Parts: sequence; structure tokens; C-alpha cells
Amino acid sequence: MSTQRLSPPSAFVRHAVLLITGALILIPFVWMVSLSIKPPGEIFRASFSFWPEHFYGVENYTRALTGSPLPRYMLNGVIVCAAILALQIAICTPAAYALAKLDFPGRNLLFALVLIALLLPHEVLALPLFILGAKLGILNSYAALVFPYVVSPFGIFLFRQFFKTIPDDVVHAARLDGFSELAIVWRIMVPMALPAIIAFGIFSVVSHWNSLFWPLIAVSDQTLMPPPLGILVFKNEEAGNDYGPLMAASTLVVAPLIVAFLSAQRWFVEGLTGGAVK
Amino acid sequence: MAAITIEKIERTFGATTVLRHVSLEIADGEFLTLLGPSGCGKSTLLRILAGLDVQTGGSVAIGDRVVDGVRPKRRDVAMVFQSYALYPHMTVQENMSVPLRMRRLNGWQRLPLLGRLLPGTKAVHAAIEIEVMRTAKALGIGHLLARKPGQLSGGQRQRVAVGRAMVRQPAVFLMDEPLSNLDAKLRVQMRAEIKELHKRLGVTFVYVTHDQSEAVTMSDRVAVMLDGELLQVAPPQEIYADPDDRRVAEFIGAPKINMLEARVRDGGVAETAGTSFSVSPEASLGTGLALGIRPEAFHVVEAGGHNVLTGAVRLVEHMGSDLFVHLDVPGTDHPVIARLLAERAPQIASGQTLHLGVKPERLLLFTADGKRLRPKNHATAIVVQMKERQQ
Amino acid sequence: MSMTVPSVGQQGKSSQVPLASSNALRRHRLAENFAAWSLAGPALLLLVFLFFLPVFAVFAIALTDWQFGASSFAFVGLANFREVFADEGFRASFINTILYVAIVVPGTIILGLAIALLIESGKSCRAFYRAVHFLPFMATLTAMAIAWEALLHPTIGLVNQTLTSFGLPTANWLRDENTVLPVLAVIGIWQNLGYAMVLFLAGLKSIPQDLYDAADIDGADAWLDRLRTVTLPMLGPVTMFVFIVVALKAFETFDTVQVLTQGGPGHASEMLLFTLYRESFEYLRTGYGASVAVVFLFIVMALTLIQARVMDKKVHYQ
Repeated sequence: MSTQRLSPPSAFVRHAVLLITGALILIPFVWMVSLSIKPPGEIFRASFSFWPEHFYGVENYTRALTGSPLPRYMLNGVIVCAAILALQIAICTPAAYALAKLDFPGRNLLFALVLIALLLPHEVLALPLFILGAKLGILNSYAALVFPYVVSPFGIFLFRQFFKTIPDDVVHAARLDGFSELAIVWRIMVPMALPAIIAFGIFSVVSHWNSLFWPLIAVSDQTLMPPPLGILVFKNEEAGNDYGPLMAASTLVVAPLIVAFLSAQRWFVEGLTGGAVK
Repeated sequence: MAAITIEKIERTFGATTVLRHVSLEIADGEFLTLLGPSGCGKSTLLRILAGLDVQTGGSVAIGDRVVDGVRPKRRDVAMVFQSYALYPHMTVQENMSVPLRMRRLNGWQRLPLLGRLLPGTKAVHAAIEIEVMRTAKALGIGHLLARKPGQLSGGQRQRVAVGRAMVRQPAVFLMDEPLSNLDAKLRVQMRAEIKELHKRLGVTFVYVTHDQSEAVTMSDRVAVMLDGELLQVAPPQEIYADPDDRRVAEFIGAPKINMLEARVRDGGVAETAGTSFSVSPEASLGTGLALGIRPEAFHVVEAGGHNVLTGAVRLVEHMGSDLFVHLDVPGTDHPVIARLLAERAPQIASGQTLHLGVKPERLLLFTADGKRLRPKNHATAIVVQMKERQQ
Repeated sequence: MSMTVPSVGQQGKSSQVPLASSNALRRHRLAENFAAWSLAGPALLLLVFLFFLPVFAVFAIALTDWQFGASSFAFVGLANFREVFADEGFRASFINTILYVAIVVPGTIILGLAIALLIESGKSCRAFYRAVHFLPFMATLTAMAIAWEALLHPTIGLVNQTLTSFGLPTANWLRDENTVLPVLAVIGIWQNLGYAMVLFLAGLKSIPQDLYDAADIDGADAWLDRLRTVTLPMLGPVTMFVFIVVALKAFETFDTVQVLTQGGPGHASEMLLFTLYRESFEYLRTGYGASVAVVFLFIVMALTLIQARVMDKKVHYQ
């Protein structure tokens, strides 16, 4: 709103209200971390203290890391997210370049397909994709986790919009310099579109690191599970009674993105909302 | 040898025709400027020469080779763009190396990291580095090689763009409004530098601009384009003094040429604006004519009469050594503008009546359809006169 | 024309050159189209196989009685849809989803807008407050749902402990059919309000200062007056957009149901996406699941088309 200075009382009210809502927002995080460092005895005692009387963090986190294949889940998450992102960029940027800078018959049709695909909720496709995966015999593998996402309509759309802002002269200069069309994509467009690539990368990694729906369908083998699915299995096995290690595991799953978010806030906000605002 | 032959080039975008039957021959080593207002098709023609755009009809030859359908990279042309089109993520050194790398290294050798390990790559890189350095020094940007385009001023970027074109030693240089993004002072300086560069390299330059002062100061010949048509190709002085077409006369020159609509009364006299002028006896009776009078063709005379315009002074602009006098002449739509030497036209005040004489040989006559009407001997006389002055 | 134009065009050799060039030009065009399609081809192929054929397949399967793994199936027309709408479980799921959306959307918009206005009304700590409120949106919801479960635990959860200490009645939040859906909605609001807030912040930034100055001069200088005369009207398009986006997110709620309630107790917290999952992949009622997917698709497509209409007025995809 306006940039006019608030009077001291209203400034105080502003901080007070925002601190309270902020605290409420943070309660689940705080409670999670708090339980993750408490011994079982303290967890089941009716008390408010955040910090435990006996610090039990080491035991809980050790249990989380050794009592379940949590490191494996995290590694799976990294592998799957990296594979998806790499393939998405490899497939979407050339298409986006063609849509933005080349004139060819069928271009408008292709763009229309991208826009329609952008509107489809992915969950609706799960059933046929599951059948397709079964027919290909790739269910219960990394490939099953990755293949539905290798082409991202949102990625094509976002990159096309960005490539459009790059002057045609740069493309012309590159052609005169002797770059092939594919080389123009890799050597000129992608480096120049780095902000869009980063924003898309954050969007893609956050979505797939957090995704539960498709992994639940695609894999049943514990050694292939990404973190959300893994932690769900961990919870069901622990029968909900051993809160300490479960909270420790939850904290470990949430932590990487939170840390990344806090260190590159602006990029995250842009990446996760950029598509919406654009 | 890289003369350029442009034959009957046509370019249409859907229903709009951007170029119609443009034919032009550019000599090896010539500095030719395509001059015209924006949207006249000059940039499209340049892009067709470069192979970045494709004509719908006609043919282009560079040197002895017809290059239609030949990829830009294989045409032996380099281009400097209006926006410079430097790669923002590469340093100046990398920007300038790119065209050489693309030509001298094969696909494997160009691979990142791995390419460096292949035999021969290192030597080529070293040679490229030396050439880039030499070119950069010649352009006075040797100290900027490690910078990125974002860290350079407009003039420096311009030089890098020229450098990137130069390192390739192309047979033809294409320049698309390369100075229009610079401020006025720098533009004058770069104008001289580009002219200098042309002299030193001795290769063919095709230069596109909408700025007539650039065109007349730099070119061997100027090709004036309007609405996709080539109207006249001639040395700069001739374009100004002896235009073929009313549109050329009106486009070239500032302030703009005065055009008076006239009617031929009888052999050799045309009437306009309450006066009459001697015109060529060939002009047939009763036809409409346009009399073009350059502002500096006027001189102050004592009284009205034949070959004299009379009107009220509306405005006097002092331009140092010159005066621009705006004259309201009864019977004309626009004020007539005269450019007079300040010392010969003292004390002209607005409101006063002024008589301006014109020598008949300085009238430019145009027929109703805009073509120049040259009296047989008269026109050649002007050309001869001008050529003498040139030598 | 002029004596100085070297008119090549009039010479005899020109007659066959344009012919030769038109062949060259056709080749050139072909090469260009080939380049374009080889760049766009992989994406097109994958779009067809991973998006368009599956959508058609969903429609096709919805018209059959196929069960996954069965070797034969028969065309049953709209029987699956009749069954879906007659099914009490689905009806509950459908109504629950509508109720859930009806709570989450206004809750998220009002809270997101209020927090955005508060943050933007001062200069200090903006980034900090923004980060705190945005945190839930990017945290792994499966893990956070487990944390919520601990908070809502009937005996050791912080919520009931707090209520008890104030002498207020407690509940078994996730096992009580009266509370389970509102509780899930609260979690939905908690997760999405940061997203709404960020969108509103962007909207607020785009309101020109001139309008506030004009309002000041016109006498609307009190905080509430400025809000009414300038801020809220100018936020209209953003609000419409947030409405659609949050509604879409709410319709697609799955993780919390799967982790916390499995749709229970009874059908009290079953929602569309969970029904879709359970019917298709747990009960393997493929034809029935596909019908649910079609219904879900129609709801979401309707919303997205409204969004596209709204956005089209603001952005042109050119």
C-alpha cells in the first residue's frame, strides 16, 4: 500500500499482529522440531515446554536415520528430482525456442496443445499413465517416477515467454556466427534465460520433492521411494506411537527445502508464484 | 572479389509487399548506403543479403556465386546490428572469438571441456586469441576483453560489435543502423571511424540508415528506398542536387525542399503563387508541374516579378551563419522556407514583406506523377557542373 | 529511371535466375521447417503420449467395465457415471470437497489479503514476515501433516492441552466426523495463505502511488478510506485470480486426507482426489475410477477456463 510512515501506535499494532500470525503459522514446525528432540516420556507428559528436560535429539535422529531407509529416501528424492529437471530442460527449451523464434507450419497448433496441456490436472492422467507404465514394464522403478513429467507444458510456456523477450538480432547474429539451431538453444538462449531456468528449476524440484500422489501409485519398493512416500510408510510402520523418531524424520525431509528457501527467498517466491503472476 | 548483384528481389509478408522488384549492383569495395524512412524495406533487403530473411522472388549473388538458399554462415558476410546483438553472458573476448571458433573448430573440438583435450584445439584457440587481441587493439578495446557487454558503454559495445564482425575478415560488411543507439556526439565520431575502417579494409560495405547525414558523409553511393522501391542510386551530392523523383527530393535535405504546385501557361513559363517562373520549353501547355526549390536556392531581391516569390515573413530562425526564413506566400499551403546567409540578409523581421528570387537553373521540375522533368541540356549541364566540382 | 542506376534487371541473363532461386528457396524453407520440427518434435511426441492420449484413454475407459488386470472388457456406456452418482460414498466425497473448498477459499483469501496489507503498510521486516508466512507453502505437506497429527493428538497434542488449560472443551479432532473436515480445511488454509499473500503483495506493488495521492487530496486519507477507495478496488483482478488458483489447489487436496484420515471416519473426510486414488489404485475398479477422473476433470477444467478468461484480459500470450 502506501509508503507513508505509520504512526508509532499503528506500527506497534502491525508488528504485534504479524508476530502473532507468524507464530501461529510456525507452530507446526516448532512442535515438530520440539517433539523430535524429546524422549518418549516427555512427549507423553502434558506440558508446554519447547526445550526438553533431557535432550533426546541424538537418539531420535539416529533412530530416524537408521531405523528406516530415510537416507535412501532422500537420495531417491534427489535422483528423481534431478532426472526430471534435467529431462524437462532438455526437452522443453528446444521446443520453446522453436515456438518463440522460428516460423514453421504447425507452430500455432503446437502452442495450442501446450496451453491445453497446461490446463489438465495431472492426477486425471494417473490411471492411463499407470497402465502405460505397466505395459512398458517400468512400474516400480526410477523410470516410473520420472516418465510422466519429462515434458512440462508449464516449462515450455515459461521458456517461450522468456525467449520472446530476447531480441531476434541475437539469434540472427548467432546464425551469422555459424551456430546451428540446436547450438543457439544451448549456447545462447539457455544461458541468457538463466533467471527463467532457475525459477522453473525451483518450481520443478519443490513440486516433485513434495509430491505424494504419483509415487504412491508408481512404486511399491521401499528402496525406490521418494521422501514423502517413505515417511508415510515410516509413520504407518511406527503405528503413530513413537513420535520422537517420526518427527525427526519429518524434520529431515522438510529441512532441505526450508534451508534452500531461507537462503534464496526471492528466487523461491518468484519460482513458485511466477507462473501464476505471468 | 565480392561485388553484389541484387536482381528483381521481391519480398511479401502475406498480403503486404515489403520489397518490389529491387535490382542493384554493388561494386567490390564500395561503400553503399541504403537510405530510407523506417518501414521502407531497407532492413529487410539487408537481411536478405545476409541470408537471415528469404526473398519471395529474385536472386542475390555475392561475388560470382548465387547465394539464394545458402545459409548465412556460408555467405562470407558479417553483420553489425542496431542493437549490437552481443551475447550478454559472454565476455568481449568470447563474443569476438565465437565466429572464428565456429569456423575453425569442428563439432568435437567445440565441446565444452572435452574439446580442449582433443589434438589441435589448443593451437587453434591460441591463434584465435591472438587475432582477437589484434582486432580489439585496432579498435581501442583491448583493455575491455575480460568484461561482459553489460559492463560497457554504448560506444564500447558498438566497437565490440564491429570487432566481432571484423575478426572474420568477411568479403562483405553489412551494417544495420549501427549508430542509431548512440548519442549525437559519439555518432559523429563513430561515423568517421567506420569510414576509416572501410578505407583500411577495402571490402564491400552495405550500410542501412534512416539518417541522411550518415548517408551523405560516409557513402560512395546512396540508394534511396521508399515503400519497398528503390528510387535512385547515385553518389550523395547527386542525390541531393539532381533527384530523379519528387519523393527523393522531399526525403533528402533539411529543411525540406519547398514544393510549389504550378501550371504551365505557355512555352517555358509556369504560374504559381501569384508569380511565374521560367521552366523548360518542353513542358507542355496546361499541364500540372511541381516546382522544387531548395531553401538555399533563394536570394533576396528588391522587388517582385518574374522568377521571384513574394510573401510576408512569418518567422526568422537564426542558425549562426545562416538564417531560416519562413515566408507566408499567398496561394501556397505551407510556408516557404528559405535559407539565407546571415550577412547578406540583414535585418529581416517577421511581418515584413520579402522578395525572394530563384535562378531558373536551380528549379527542380517534377511532373504530376512525381517523375523529374529534365530539360535535355539542362540536366546534363548540372551533372557535368557537379562532377567538375567534385574533382 | 535514372542514368546512374545500373539496371541489371533489364539484361537478358536474368530470365532463368529467378527459376533457379525458387528451387533454392524451397530447399531453404524445407530445411528451416525440418530444423524447427526436430527441435519441437520430442516435446510434441511426449505431449501426445503423456497428456493427450491419456486424456482420451480416461474418457474411453470410463465407458467400459474394465478392471485392471482383466483380459476382457465390455462397453457399458454411461453406466459407470450412473453408478458414480448413485454411490453414497462418491456423493459424500463430492459434497465434502465442495464444503472444503467453500471454507478454504474465503479463509485463504481473507487471511492472505489481511497479512499482505499489514506487511505492505510498513517498511520494516517485510522480507522476514513474508518468509514466515510463505514457509508452509513450500514445506513437504506429507511431513507437515504428520506434525499436524501430533498437534491434534487427543491427549498429548498441543491443541487439546491448551484448550484444557483454559478450561475449554476438547475433541478428538481427526476422528470426529463433525470436526474432521473443518480441521483439514484449517490445514489447507495454513498451507495456502502464504501463496495468496505473495500474489496479493505483487498486486499491491502494482497500484500506482498517484492513486493514493489523489485519494489523499480528495479527503480519503484515513487508513480505512484509502483501503475502500483505492486498495480493494484496484486488487479486484488479482483477487479473482487468487480465488481461482486457490480453488484449484483446494480441489486437488490429497496428501492430508491420505496421511491423516484415509477419508474417515466413515466418509466424513473423503474428497474427490482421494476417491479417485482409492477406486483406481486400491480397489482397482478401473472403469469406475476413470469416471471419477472425468468428473474431476470437468470441475477443474471449468475453473481453469474461467481463469484463462480472466487472465486473457490482463495478459496476451504473444
